[in-house]
Amino acid sequence: MIRIENVSFKHRATPILTDISLDIPKGGVVALIGPNGAGKSTLLSLVARLQPLQTGSISVDGLPVDTTPGRDLAKVLAILRQDTTIASRLRVRELVGFGRFPHGRGRLTDDDNAIVDGAIAQFDLADLSDRFIETLSGGQRQRALVAMAFAQGTDYLLLDEPLNNLDMYYARALMRSLRSVADVNGKTVVIVLHDINQASAHADRIVAMKGGRIVADGTPAEILTSDVLDAVFGFRMRVETIDGTPFALHQF
Amino acid sequence: MTAAVSKPSPWTGLIAGLGLAVLFVLSLAVGVSPLPVNRMLSDPEAMQLLAVSRLPRTLAAVLCGAGLAIAGLIMQTLSRNRFVEPATAGTAQSAELGILLVTLLFPAAALWVKTLFAGSVALVGTSIFLATAHRLPPQQPFLVPLFGIVYGGVIGAVATFAAWQADLLQFLSVWTNGEFSGVLRGRYELLWIAALMVAVAWIVADRLTIMALGRETSIGLGIDYARMMQIGLVIVSVITALAVVVVGMIPFVGLAVPNIVSRLMGDNVRGTLGWVAAGGAGLVLACDIAGRLIRYPYEIPVGTVMGVVGGVVFLWLLFRRGGHG
Repeated sequence: MIRIENVSFKHRATPILTDISLDIPKGGVVALIGPNGAGKSTLLSLVARLQPLQTGSISVDGLPVDTTPGRDLAKVLAILRQDTTIASRLRVRELVGFGRFPHGRGRLTDDDNAIVDGAIAQFDLADLSDRFIETLSGGQRQRALVAMAFAQGTDYLLLDEPLNNLDMYYARALMRSLRSVADVNGKTVVIVLHDINQASAHADRIVAMKGGRIVADGTPAEILTSDVLDAVFGFRMRVETIDGTPFALHQF
Repeated sequence: MTAAVSKPSPWTGLIAGLGLAVLFVLSLAVGVSPLPVNRMLSDPEAMQLLAVSRLPRTLAAVLCGAGLAIAGLIMQTLSRNRFVEPATAGTAQSAELGILLVTLLFPAAALWVKTLFAGSVALVGTSIFLATAHRLPPQQPFLVPLFGIVYGGVIGAVATFAAWQADLLQFLSVWTNGEFSGVLRGRYELLWIAALMVAVAWIVADRLTIMALGRETSIGLGIDYARMMQIGLVIVSVITALAVVVVGMIPFVGLAVPNIVSRLMGDNVRGTLGWVAAGGAGLVLACDIAGRLIRYPYEIPVGTVMGVVGGVVFLWLLFRRGGHG
């Protein structure tokens, strides 16, 4: 379980997060939604100890993120940040292989290689595996980064807008992969999404943030209503339910 | 990462090894006093020349070249910028300032004490450079080397001023322009510490590759980023200080070699480290041999030869990059 208690965060004098408390039980897909500047990415980076905690506490499976050795946390929790730029000339297979670093400290066993091969196959990277990352398109690179996070093989997977740069085909494929690791392997996926319909179609739970606070928290059916979405995004949109899944028609 | 590296063919390694061996033997043979290869082992005078002068000189060139190339590689990793190296970004200048200060304050100190002092000043100078480089916008990759050149220039100017005041300008030029003609047995052995630093770099090679992916990816993979930064800084500073104190600074090795290796083989340090070290050793050996031959029987310092060779390579790298967008 990820337990976030009374977390506040300021950038200089500007409050980014105000008194956030949130429990995310093990297993399932949780989507974080909200307008730009809501604090979603900051919250994710605090859970992944990429920034120091200022107030409050966060623990993952009982391990406090601010005092647990980074090496131990890396076996429990993987994060993919938004807009990760890779300037290194690494081949796709090498990059995905580094996802196994927390486990073998650089030495790849047969098991590690099998996991790396699995991640490469799952994200359709086999044909690209000997290419240098810098020669890939934005979407291909994004898939390689997601495969690296998958290869890390952690129980918790934090993804910050992983659908950026992905076309419809791969966006759908990624969401289905996430759904399947949650259902089949019991993993916990926390994902920041801008497309609330992706959240509705694939997440078990949606947490909506605005202005550094959590403003709504519930199942897709509870969150995707005209009233809640108005409160979060600031305009009314029509919501239609198709085959039991609510979809927001936010284009009109 | 054994399975993940697509290795260059064994022939490449063999040819490179042979090339290095040829340079090594050439370096033993070339010099003002002739070294007759055919009766080298029977002639005690020739053996003496080999043991006291030629072999130390050759080993010094190999150690300096390998060390400085690795220092360049690590500095580029830490700053996440391909265009910096110890000679142009303040590390060498800080080491020069350090050795100047310790020479002024404690002229009788042992060579290793002076090296330690120079290394410490280099550590401070490089830390300040990196702390600043990380604040520069990453969208402007040329700002970092530009800042490094200005920063190194300022420290170099302070050293020059201090040396001028103390009437030590000649000493300073010994440290700023590398040459191997003064290398004798008993005067270069500190350089073996550079080999030790290269070994440390080998141990942390995978972590260096990950560090080049950035702070957040490193932390995500469980690397103690701050600690690794310190280890990298120590390696860079120690190697640079050793080079400055023992033979004088040799520019461009740390820039040209890692960039060429990266072009050819990528940036997986576990796979490229050996090539970078061997390339640095070969380049410095070749430049030293050229310096001994161009105006035979006089010598041109290796730093000068390297300045010309490295400058051309640097320009080539810049234009190549421009061509690729």
